[in-house]
Amino acid sequence: MPAQLSPSVAALQARFGEAVRRAEVSCGDTIVIVAQTQAHEILGWLKTEAGQQFDYLVDVTAVEYRDRERALEVVYQLWSLDRKAFLRLKIELDKRQPLAVDSIVDLWKGADWMEREVFDMFGVRFIGHPDLRRILMWENYSEGFPLRKDFPLRGRFSRAEQTRRALSNELEKHYSLEELSAREEPGFGMNG
Amino acid sequence: MKSGVVTSEANWITTRLDDLVNWSRANSLWPMPFGTACCAIEFMATAASRYDIARFGMERQAFSPRQSDVLICAGRLPFKLAPVIRTIWDQMMQPKWCISMGACASSGGIFDNYSMVQGIDTIVPVDVYVPGCPPRPEGLLYGIMMLQKKIKGESVFDPSLRVEKLANAQGLFLEAAVVDEISEPFGNSVSQTRSA
Repeated sequence: MPAQLSPSVAALQARFGEAVRRAEVSCGDTIVIVAQTQAHEILGWLKTEAGQQFDYLVDVTAVEYRDRERALEVVYQLWSLDRKAFLRLKIELDKRQPLAVDSIVDLWKGADWMEREVFDMFGVRFIGHPDLRRILMWENYSEGFPLRKDFPLRGRFSRAEQTRRALSNELEKHYSLEELSAREEPGFGMNG
Repeated sequence: MKSGVVTSEANWITTRLDDLVNWSRANSLWPMPFGTACCAIEFMATAASRYDIARFGMERQAFSPRQSDVLICAGRLPFKLAPVIRTIWDQMMQPKWCISMGACASSGGIFDNYSMVQGIDTIVPVDVYVPGCPPRPEGLLYGIMMLQKKIKGESVFDPSLRVEKLANAQGLFLEAAVVDEISEPFGNSVSQTRSA
C-alpha cells in the first residue's frame, strides 16, 4: 500500500499551523504528532468539524520507548463512524518535565476510564479529569507506575510488604453506594 | 479403667465416630469456586457432565461462602483480589478446606511480576495443590480425591485442625520472611531481566 497521508492532515495544518508538528504513515495509518498545548482544541475540532467528524474515540493509551531520551507519547485513536476513517494523534511528552496533558472527558465521556488507565500505568496526569485515580491497580498501591520503563518487573517492595499492603485494603471502601445499599434490601443474600 | 470418650487418645468409639464424620464430610464437599482465569474453564469442564464432580459428592457449586466446604482457587490471584479471597475464606464455616488449582494459584506460575500473588498459600492455608497449566479435569479430580483421603485421616477430636489462623501483628498470615521465601523466583524466572 502506498504511503499516503490522510487528507485530514492538510486540513489540520491549514487550521492549526505550527501546532501540527509532523505527520507520518505507518502500515497505512496516518499518525499526526501535535503540540501538547493545543491537543484538546485539535481533538475537539476533529470531532465536530464538518468533513472530519472523528466522532468515535477508539482508545487513549501511551507509549514509552526504551530510548531514555525519547519522549513518552500519549496516543489517541480516532474513528469516524460516518466517513469510516481512522486517524491517530500523538502528543509527545518530555520525561524530564511533569507528565501532564489536558483531559478530553469533556469531549468524549468514554475517555474517562481510558485516561485513568494511562494515569495508573504511566503516571500521566490528565488536567481537568473529573475523577483521576487508579483503575487497574488497587487503591492503596504506592509503588509507582508499572508500565514505565524504570519500573522493576517485580515491583519495588518485597513480596511480604506487597502482600501486607494488599491485605490491608478495606474492600468496603471501594464498593459503590448502590452495591452497599443493595445489601440492606430484602431478598438480597441470606438475610432477605 | 480406660479414660472417657473425649480424650486425646484414640479409642474404639472415637475412631468409629471419626470414620462416620469423615466419611460424610469427604463425600459431601461443596466447592466454593474462585475462578479467576483459564483454570476456571477446566473447573467448569470438571463440573459438567463428562467429568461430573457430583460423583464425588460435590453436588452443588456453592457460590456462597457460608454454604461451602472447599475453596477452589482456579487461576491466578492478583494482589487486588487477595483481600477478597481472604474475606471469602473467613466467611466460610468450619470445617473447610482449600484446593489451589493450577500453577498460578500455587506459585504465581508464569506471572512473576508486580501484580500477582506468588502462591495463594501466603493468603489462605492450602490443603491440596493441583499442578498444571491448567490442570486437566482428571488432575483436579485427582486433587479432590487426595483431599478426600486427607479428610478421612482427620479426627474430630483434634482441636488444632479447626483453628482459625488470624493475621499476625504485621497483618500477614505467614511470617514476612516466609512470604518472601515462598515468593522467591524459581526456574526460568530466576534469569528474568529486572530493569532498574
